[in-house]
Amino acid sequence: MKNDVEIPYSSILQPVAGNGLLDRRLFLKTGLTFSVVTLAASAIPKVFATNANDQAVDSASPPWMHEPGAPFSIYGTPSKYEDDVVRFPAANRDVGGNGVSWTPLHKLEGIITPGGLHFERHHNGVPQIDPAQHKLLIHGLVRNPSFFSIEDLLRYPMQSRICFVECGGNSNAGWNKSPSKSEAGYFHGLVSCSEWTGVPLVTVLNEVGVTAKAKWLITEGADAFAMNISIPIEKAMQDGMLALYQNGERIRPENGYPLRLILPGWEGVLNVKWLRRLKATDKPIMARNETSRYTELQPDGKARMFTFVMEAKSLITSPSANMFLKQPGLYQITGLAWSGRGKIKKVEISADGGKSWAEAELQEPVLSQSFTRFRIPWQWNGKHAILKSRATDETGYVQPERDKLIAERGRHGFFHYNAIVTWQVDEQGVVNHIYDDKDITESTDDISIDAGWD
Amino acid sequence: MITFIIALLNPAFADPPQGPNLGQPATTEEITHWDIGVMPDGEGLPEGKGTAKEGKAIYEKHCVACHGPEGTGGTADPLAGAKMALTSDYPEQTIGTYWPYATTIFDMTRRSMPIIAPGTLTNDEVYAVTAYLLYLNNIIGENDEMNAETLPKVQMPNRDGFINVYEQENKKK
Repeated sequence: MKNDVEIPYSSILQPVAGNGLLDRRLFLKTGLTFSVVTLAASAIPKVFATNANDQAVDSASPPWMHEPGAPFSIYGTPSKYEDDVVRFPAANRDVGGNGVSWTPLHKLEGIITPGGLHFERHHNGVPQIDPAQHKLLIHGLVRNPSFFSIEDLLRYPMQSRICFVECGGNSNAGWNKSPSKSEAGYFHGLVSCSEWTGVPLVTVLNEVGVTAKAKWLITEGADAFAMNISIPIEKAMQDGMLALYQNGERIRPENGYPLRLILPGWEGVLNVKWLRRLKATDKPIMARNETSRYTELQPDGKARMFTFVMEAKSLITSPSANMFLKQPGLYQITGLAWSGRGKIKKVEISADGGKSWAEAELQEPVLSQSFTRFRIPWQWNGKHAILKSRATDETGYVQPERDKLIAERGRHGFFHYNAIVTWQVDEQGVVNHIYDDKDITESTDDISIDAGWD
Repeated sequence: MITFIIALLNPAFADPPQGPNLGQPATTEEITHWDIGVMPDGEGLPEGKGTAKEGKAIYEKHCVACHGPEGTGGTADPLAGAKMALTSDYPEQTIGTYWPYATTIFDMTRRSMPIIAPGTLTNDEVYAVTAYLLYLNNIIGENDEMNAETLPKVQMPNRDGFINVYEQENKKK
């Protein structure tokens, strides 16, 4: 495709920041070849690539051009050669349904997370709910307490919006004293982004007639935990959604089928799955998940409570931890940025550990409270490099360096870790997660994140 | 008040999509049957009672496997037995050191526990196991009866240990 942007090659091939970062417009030019980003995960064996039964085929005339292909399917699945693009579950060893599974962000592109790869956080498993037997009760400080069936709700006027859902505990291995060795998604992937479609909550709240005294909505799910939590009615009215669809299809069981609450930009735990009850009150219920958990202990012994908004964050997904750069040359650095407070305004990239920064291209669409994909070309010279990304959102909030976040919050808050992520590329091309702040200490007394989930 | 300010500023709220009004009226009996929540002031607490002495046996039958003997050393959240302060390098966040409201124990135990058969304990059993957890944390005595009157009055040690960040941010606005 012809691109009319007038940029002299000589200028775009000049680094715009240290250690090989190039002008973000480079990839807009036509006719410029660059070496393919050839990255292979080392931690997960790639079954098919190493399968002894694989025989070299003549790519000019492969066998699949000489026999009929597979028949139609009623629901498509990914290629069998992509079977390492999977969630990574970690659950309590005594209670298999109490834990999390991470989205493989490092294996995905674009901004939409496929439904089957959306992260999970369940407190006691995934209920298999018959939608004909499921109802939403809205009561408390309302004039007309009412039940709504799923069939009823499907008749309501709906709206769609693309937004991320992020667990308050996402990235919490970052609080640990030694850097996590997991792949990017298995460290930061308790966040996913979908197109959600459903009924604006305000429409239904207006019908039941919420009274002026109501300040909170106590929400409850129909899972085996009967997960409950309080949300300010202000947020519910502003952009709360009774979501029925995710990425065009009905929400999957593990994401809340048949009905979940979506509160754009706010902690995942508030986006209650399997929603069955909303009670309007003048005060919060002080449920376990807004007191004992999802609060953040500070160094002075006080804990932050009702920290609803997920602050701006970014992460380079490629190249990232445990990937491998085959040879020096031109690569595209890409990743995701998001903010619970609005749109991402800019993402800066450094290849020299933060000494110099260059602005990445933000790929359209750039939406409020959504994943935003960023890209920047990088000429890797085969030497040691330290990659970072730093997001700024439209409120002017800048993603903090790790030492600054820890200086402010201590390391026992568990939730709301959003520091800059640092990847080190060594001279062999191996990418590692490191800390390059003053906190680099090999330590055996780290907080156990497995024990952290209940 | 906040709600009304938003109503003026937010066009989505000022002119929300009109629904077909399909809600079915819920009766008081139905609401009572559905509403299992317990508020910090005790609203929603059912009839019934129990003491720590009674609760010990229930805990050892239903809870000890995950939460450990006397609320510590299991695979689930430690509930008691904290030795390290919240300001230490190894803070221990238990009911005694961290949880701000006693009613939360009842609310969560009744709705979510025991994890393999949630919602199966009687109200007396939930009061008793709540009393036992408070007793393990040295907050009440072994024979103190927990019921709808006494439980909301229990003063939790870390009641004032929290900063309401949402309220702070709203004040700044």
